[in-house]
Amino acid sequence: MSMRKISWAAACLIVVLAPLHAFGQTQQASYGFGSAARPEELAAFFGIPPDGAGLPPGSGDAAKGATVYAEKCAACHGKQLEGNPAKGIGGDKLLGGRGTLASKTPIKTVESYWPYATTLFDYVKRAMPFNAPGSLSDDDVYSVVAYILSEAKIIKPADKMNATTLPKVVMPNRDGFEPDPRPEVQLYR
Amino acid sequence: MDKTPTLVLDDKTRRMIDQMIIAERRHLAKRRDEEACACREGMFPRNTAANRRSVLFAAGSTAAAAAMLATAARAAERKAPPGAEFFEPPADPTKELGRAVAADGGYGSRSQFETEVRWRFPTANEYTSWSMTPLDQMVGTLTPSGLHFERHHGGIPTIDPSKHMLFVHGMVQTGKKFSMADLKRFPYIVRKNFIECSGNGLTEWVKPTLKTVQGTHGLISTSEWTGVPFAAIAREVGLKQGAAWVLAEGADAAVMTRSIPLEKMLKDAILAYGQNGEAIRPEQGYPLRLILPGWEGNTHIKWLRRLELSDKPFMTREETSKYTDLMANGKARQFSFDMEAKSVITFPSGEMKLPGPGFYNISGLAWSGRGRVQSVDVSIDGGKAWYPARLDTGPEPISTVRFSFPWSWNGEGCVLQSRCTDETGYVQPTLAQLTAIRGANGPFGSIYHLNAIQSWAVAADGSVSNVHA
Repeated sequence: MSMRKISWAAACLIVVLAPLHAFGQTQQASYGFGSAARPEELAAFFGIPPDGAGLPPGSGDAAKGATVYAEKCAACHGKQLEGNPAKGIGGDKLLGGRGTLASKTPIKTVESYWPYATTLFDYVKRAMPFNAPGSLSDDDVYSVVAYILSEAKIIKPADKMNATTLPKVVMPNRDGFEPDPRPEVQLYR
Repeated sequence: MDKTPTLVLDDKTRRMIDQMIIAERRHLAKRRDEEACACREGMFPRNTAANRRSVLFAAGSTAAAAAMLATAARAAERKAPPGAEFFEPPADPTKELGRAVAADGGYGSRSQFETEVRWRFPTANEYTSWSMTPLDQMVGTLTPSGLHFERHHGGIPTIDPSKHMLFVHGMVQTGKKFSMADLKRFPYIVRKNFIECSGNGLTEWVKPTLKTVQGTHGLISTSEWTGVPFAAIAREVGLKQGAAWVLAEGADAAVMTRSIPLEKMLKDAILAYGQNGEAIRPEQGYPLRLILPGWEGNTHIKWLRRLELSDKPFMTREETSKYTDLMANGKARQFSFDMEAKSVITFPSGEMKLPGPGFYNISGLAWSGRGRVQSVDVSIDGGKAWYPARLDTGPEPISTVRFSFPWSWNGEGCVLQSRCTDETGYVQPTLAQLTAIRGANGPFGSIYHLNAIQSWAVAADGSVSNVHA
């Protein structure tokens, strides 16, 4: 490219860019708003993925979980974990339904449908009991999760649930999910 | 292939639908009482208070009963509907002064003669439930904030915005927290987007179940949202290589969480603090809500307090045990985010009654989660012939369009339908098309993502009802 062409190109560039200058005073790489999140603030949060990252210390088993369940859960989810559709309650059924998912009357429960045991821990710790969310100790959560999984015959009654064992639990419907295949191409004109 | 697919419903869903029928029936009965059958007169003016009194008088068989009814009627008349205040209407408003300026304290309310309300789906538990937008009574495209549909999983929290923080952390260079004041300093964007619950119409898969368009389609609402694009926040915290998902968490009792692909977050996610010109309503997520244009409503996390970046989805309860679409083969579709092109005629619609043959301006709403509405067609013969409708509003991306169609009704029974095509070329399917695809191995297995063409039958007497045609 000759010098003349380069300066012509530079002139064009100036013509193109010059008006942009009028639209804003500065181009911000960063605004600097907000402040650093302190580790102790972040420590209060959790979101437990299937690999168990972030599972807290502690442990529990079905025997202890049965007590926690009877006291904190049975009123809404039933003594036999069968659910309670009564007015003002409406607790989900937790057990049963294995083998029904491809039938005309699928029954979706923790036992039959939930793909990961870590989700159960996350959800119970997060949002249960319904009227006192987040009130269970980590040991209680491990225990009640162990109780539900044991009643569902997914783990043995004596199995201890903790940060190491929980992510290793293989739920019956682990492979029951597939990515959304939509858009359904038949529906395009 | 089975022509009339059977819906596979778990027992809980079946119970839900039964309850919903009861709730709508109750709502309709109440509306009939209140309005002396205005509901059956469709778009026509409601009866005046005087008329209502005479109706009530006529109902009494003895003088005593009539007197009692009159007292009851007067008491009822003095009561304003939710969102309104009662004022005695003067005989001639041109002959006396009206109310003083700003006597309302500085925040207005709707007319006492406007009675439409959201009605709640009667789940057993009133803290985890939803309410439906009265589409049949609405005009234009924006939903009044007080009529925007709701879905809550642990009640509506009261959040002091001066104490509310948004934490952004995980696979980022610098984990940060932002106060509401911090967020409002960022350049904002303004978008008019609909939000639709993926369960909208869940009662309608097998047979026409609910009677009104509020029942069949009331889980869609449209607002103008103002907020910070997530992309701006992402630049502020710096993303780490490999980050691919974002966990969004709410500050309600359910501590709602959904995993959102980072690609979507960077493309058009809004951290919204404004709705229809004012602060977002408490039941819509005050003070901060995640808006994911075109995606199922459940992902629009309300009372947003935390965004955690990760390389994988978290597999929360709401994206595994709920909001997944169980197909006939026993496999469930997961992360089915898109709300696909859909439309519905809102006038005339279920439970209205046309007074007689003549001109009617058919009107409805159309939308697509994948972009702009390209066109809307209307059929007056159950889908045999289609005519282009008029688009009454300019199509905006992922926003509702109001359409209309001038129609001369000859007084004979007919079936009205509308069909939306979006800018991607996707055409709103019939129920048969949809179930043929998703139920190819037998019965249909999912309650979510029903976007089929809606049919309203107009009988010779002018009454309009929900049908499958």
